Amino acid sequence: MTREAPLLEIRGLHAGINDTQILKGIDITINPGEIHAIMGRNGSGKTTAASIIMGHPDYKVEQGDVLLSGENLLELEPWERARKGVFLCFQYPQAIPGLQVGNFLRKSVASIRGEEAAKGAGFRSTLKDAMDTLNIPRSFLSRYVNDGFSGGEKKRFEILQLIILQPKLAVLDETDSGLDIDGIRIVAAGINSAVRGTGSGALIITHYSRILEHVQPDKIHVLMEGRIVATGGPELATQLEERGYEWLDSKAKAEGLA
Amino acid sequence: MPTNQVAREAVGDYKAGWHDPENSTVRFDFGLSEQIVRDISAIKAEPQWMTDIRVKAFHHFMERPMPTWGSTELLNSIKFDEICYFLRSGEGTEKDWDDVPDDIRNTFDKLGIPEAEQKWLSGVTAQYESEAVYHSIREDLEKQGVIFLDMDSGLREHEDIVKKYFCSIIPYQDNKFSALNTAVWSGGSFIYVPKGVHVEMPVQAYFRINAKNMGQFERTLIIADEGSSIHYVEGCTAPTYSTDSLHSAVVELFAMPGAYIRYTTIQNWSNNVYNLVTKRGVAHENSTIEWVDGNIGSKLTMKYPAVILKGEGSHAEVISVAYAGEGMHQDAGAKVHHLASNTTSKILSKSISKDGGRGSYRGMVTVSKKADNCKVNVVCDALILDEQSRSDTYPTMEIKNPSCRCEHEASVSKVSDDQLFYLMSRGHSENEALALIVNGFFEPFVRELPMEYAVELNQLMALEMEGSIG
Repeated sequence: MTREAPLLEIRGLHAGINDTQILKGIDITINPGEIHAIMGRNGSGKTTAASIIMGHPDYKVEQGDVLLSGENLLELEPWERARKGVFLCFQYPQAIPGLQVGNFLRKSVASIRGEEAAKGAGFRSTLKDAMDTLNIPRSFLSRYVNDGFSGGEKKRFEILQLIILQPKLAVLDETDSGLDIDGIRIVAAGINSAVRGTGSGALIITHYSRILEHVQPDKIHVLMEGRIVATGGPELATQLEERGYEWLDSKAKAEGLA
Repeated sequence: MPTNQVAREAVGDYKAGWHDPENSTVRFDFGLSEQIVRDISAIKAEPQWMTDIRVKAFHHFMERPMPTWGSTELLNSIKFDEICYFLRSGEGTEKDWDDVPDDIRNTFDKLGIPEAEQKWLSGVTAQYESEAVYHSIREDLEKQGVIFLDMDSGLREHEDIVKKYFCSIIPYQDNKFSALNTAVWSGGSFIYVPKGVHVEMPVQAYFRINAKNMGQFERTLIIADEGSSIHYVEGCTAPTYSTDSLHSAVVELFAMPGAYIRYTTIQNWSNNVYNLVTKRGVAHENSTIEWVDGNIGSKLTMKYPAVILKGEGSHAEVISVAYAGEGMHQDAGAKVHHLASNTTSKILSKSISKDGGRGSYRGMVTVSKKADNCKVNVVCDALILDEQSRSDTYPTMEIKNPSCRCEHEASVSKVSDDQLFYLMSRGHSENEALALIVNGFFEPFVRELPMEYAVELNQLMALEMEGSIG
């Protein structure tokens, strides 16, 4: 029986930066329509995983595969991955002084979804709806990309891009960090509207469970020192919330993983 | 090829009334001499005072040493003897593009000038080598008394005005190249806007060097009378040759009380052109002079548009960008002199250097002792795209009145890998990402341009970024 290829398949991934190995063999499979979360402490390798999927040039893959719908992503440049449908919601989005938000969004939609998608009333109404969902005022469009944005504005701008770029796979790197409860709710609504019911998938990277209350993930993976030490359903987030990562520390030790 | 012999005959014809169509092309021999200067004046049948000032300026040029600052190495490599100082291509200045010789017309078609004229300009002058080949102004403006002519016609038709203002803020002794321009000037624009008249759409001049080893020395004079306004736009290009050409213009602006002059330049000379230009304006009470100065091309540019704030409440703005690519040195900046109280100035300079190019900001602001409550704001930003390229800043401020409020900011930045990665993650290739960053850097300048120019400049910069990351 032939099955549809998984949306994202990470197999035996070993990777690092500056000769330091950070990921020591991870496996994750996300099927279309699924939302997964990677949880873990700071320094556990979460951001490395996100950077590898998008293709940050500083990170080096030693072994393993990353496949998008069966296609090897590791051979592709970041912009090629973006055009194939990979989106990274950055933890620290970069400021581009002088580049207007509206212009940037239109150009990015044109690059990823094609010129037609970036034109006319269709584009404008998609943009307007997304901005309404995220409580972003019109005046935002004439500001410069991430230039002088508050922390919350940067996060909402990332989600705005997520919604209008309509990726197949959204990777969200600590998008909830630094947000208050209202901010998290808005961001979660954005993620849900971009992923749920579209056949897309998402990988949410976080070290708090709060956002997961609003974006019910199908699976949660706990990353510790470069390895996945636990995988489970939404209940895993609750357990972590109650018992802390230490609970898994000892569990991992017992299993000889860490 | 016509020689001085032919040229001399043409001069003879001109004195006799100049109506021999067979002598439609005049080329003087390479090199400069008093005789050449006199010949230029004679072929134009100029009044004696102009001939005299040309000759004086010529001698000053010969005696004046080369500047010892800027790029002395490049300055000293100019071969003045190998330059042609006067070349006439057409029969005269036409009012209809159909009357312009085909090859020249084609050139300007390719540059999009007639099209732009139709769409968004009040008037156009197109200079090819030494003289204007086409000139026109909208009838309604002419009826309101606006004078927009090429400078040669300006001198012929309005000698009294030219005599009054010519060389009055930029005397030929100002510098070596203002002396050279005064000696051999040809073409340029002459504009007079009467009191209270607002020229809503810009007028444009386009300067084209076509011949090898050419010297182009246009001379421009703009007088905006009380309460009037005008926006003048100029563009310049030349073909690429392995030998050098020289462009040395002088531009004098006069903003009478309450007048507004904006002078926009998009200089895109090929990288075999020396661009050594003197630009200065005088602003009377409550008037404004703005220089919007884009230097994208040339081998060496040395240009510091200046404003003398002479009248109370006058305002100066100099917004400039410079792009220095391989083999280029952009030494550009601004000068503002606050001579009167309550005057304000704003200088914004942005430079990008790449592939070993060199961008220098050289600026001077002075506030005189008797000028109270002046405000000065200077911002200069440099973006360096690789390790081989260079950026320098030479700001000078002489503030002699303690009530002046003066702000100065300077920054040098590089494009970070994280910026590129962020943009690439949004589907933009590395070169596109770089172009977005570079165009963003120039945006505060580009937004000052008429839309058509803004689009063109962005495309031009995107082109410059192509293949720059391998």
